[in-house]
Amino acid sequence: MNKTVRIVLNGQEREVAAGSMLASALLTLGVRGFRRSVKGELRGPLCGMGVCQECRVTVDGRPHSKCCMIVCRDHMKVETE
Amino acid sequence: MTRRDCEVLVLGAGPAGIAAACCAGESGRQVILTDENPACGGQIWRAQRGAMHTRADVQHAADLWLTRLGRCGASVLSGATAFDADAALHFVRFETDRGVEEIHYSALILATGARERLLPFPGWTRSGVYAAGGLQALVKGGFRIDGQRILVAGTGPLLLAAAGMLGAHGGEVLMILEQAGWRSLTRFGLHLAGFPDKLLQAATLMVQAGVVPYRPGWWVCEAGGNGPLEWVAITDGKRTVRVDCDMLALGYGLVPNSELARLMGCRTTGSSAAPGAHFVDVDARQKTSLDGVFACGEITGIGGAELSLAEGSVAGYAACGHWHEVDRVAPLRNCLARQVHAMDSAFALRDELRAAVTPDTLVCRCEDVPAAELAGFGSWREAKLGSRCGMGPCQGRTCGPAVEFVWGWSAESVRPPITPVRLGSMSDQP
Repeated sequence: MNKTVRIVLNGQEREVAAGSMLASALLTLGVRGFRRSVKGELRGPLCGMGVCQECRVTVDGRPHSKCCMIVCRDHMKVETE
Repeated sequence: MTRRDCEVLVLGAGPAGIAAACCAGESGRQVILTDENPACGGQIWRAQRGAMHTRADVQHAADLWLTRLGRCGASVLSGATAFDADAALHFVRFETDRGVEEIHYSALILATGARERLLPFPGWTRSGVYAAGGLQALVKGGFRIDGQRILVAGTGPLLLAAAGMLGAHGGEVLMILEQAGWRSLTRFGLHLAGFPDKLLQAATLMVQAGVVPYRPGWWVCEAGGNGPLEWVAITDGKRTVRVDCDMLALGYGLVPNSELARLMGCRTTGSSAAPGAHFVDVDARQKTSLDGVFACGEITGIGGAELSLAEGSVAGYAACGHWHEVDRVAPLRNCLARQVHAMDSAFALRDELRAAVTPDTLVCRCEDVPAAELAGFGSWREAKLGSRCGMGPCQGRTCGPAVEFVWGWSAESVRPPITPVRLGSMSDQP
């Protein structure tokens, strides 16, 4: 029960619930700024279902990844803005 | 690019798509069911992740259908985002982790569901402001909200469901603001009286939300804080009150995800009562205006999971030409549809919601376009070209319905790719 996986968030290793969605895991870790808007506002998840594009982060080097659609994997590298 | 062929292609693995795939698969057809998400279930049956628990009745329905899906012979393609389609050449293109897949079909069933309608007001872009269903999805995905103070606001019965769910997962729901006034709600209640099942459902939802103040005739006019959300200003048009909270969950009804249907040329119908909603027109057999293309679930009209299952069953059998089975399952769909549409008028959006949009309020969240920059334009097209409103990665899915409500401009035709894809996916030819 309550298995965890380790992700690397902005260079730091963090433990998150195994099987959780990346957006959910980051929110649980207390992350509130996921990306910067074109005018520099910090934004975070809004629609939770892949439509609004507000939760985009860089995952394993791939920018603009909608993290509400991605399941956490061990050793996943995540960068927020 | 890889190419695949099937007899029946079903897009969207929520209740409507699952029912359609089951009925077509059990009819002996070779079926492919696709979804953008990592797992089947759609929003309502979204898998609970990260050691969360599920409401027993919802889980039961989901288990029954997912078991049936597993046995019907349909193959499931998850994590596949449809970005282009051609009705004349009978194919849909998907972006997947493995590259582009082009799936050719004899019959196509569209069950692409709905998203939440959000309306702008100062501060709605702050981190901590969520779509109500979006917050539910995030919680199901493993977001722990224990002890978080949550304000739920917007319109419609889904607010009650959201509040109940968020409370059950440890959130402290402070209040539910329903923009419709008591008078509209009474009308809604009267409509419900004729439909015992719906009354029961609504009552159940009310009980779940029981201990939480329910305030008809109130709405949010500002979300404030030093960075992330710290407080919300609420109003009934006469008074304005500030409420401290950690999260705001918003929902002003649902808008169908009919972009792919519109790209393919399916006829749709809009309604001034549902700004931004282009519902796909279907006949009694769930067939769209295009031959061989069927549609079911929320893209044909907002009706919930039960109606979606009934419509999906009709579409699944109709796509196989099994008219006897269609006639068997159609009466249930007709009965559910009558009940559902009786409640449409009760939650009409009040005019004052437009006044919450101040000149500085960002309307387009992708391109950060404030309301002031939209002054002077005469159409959605002019506004897009002149201000970049709706030109960002969400392609107007969030701001489009809001713009239609506030300025009255309806969205224009849809072009491929209907969602952002990697550059390579566009040039990846068979």
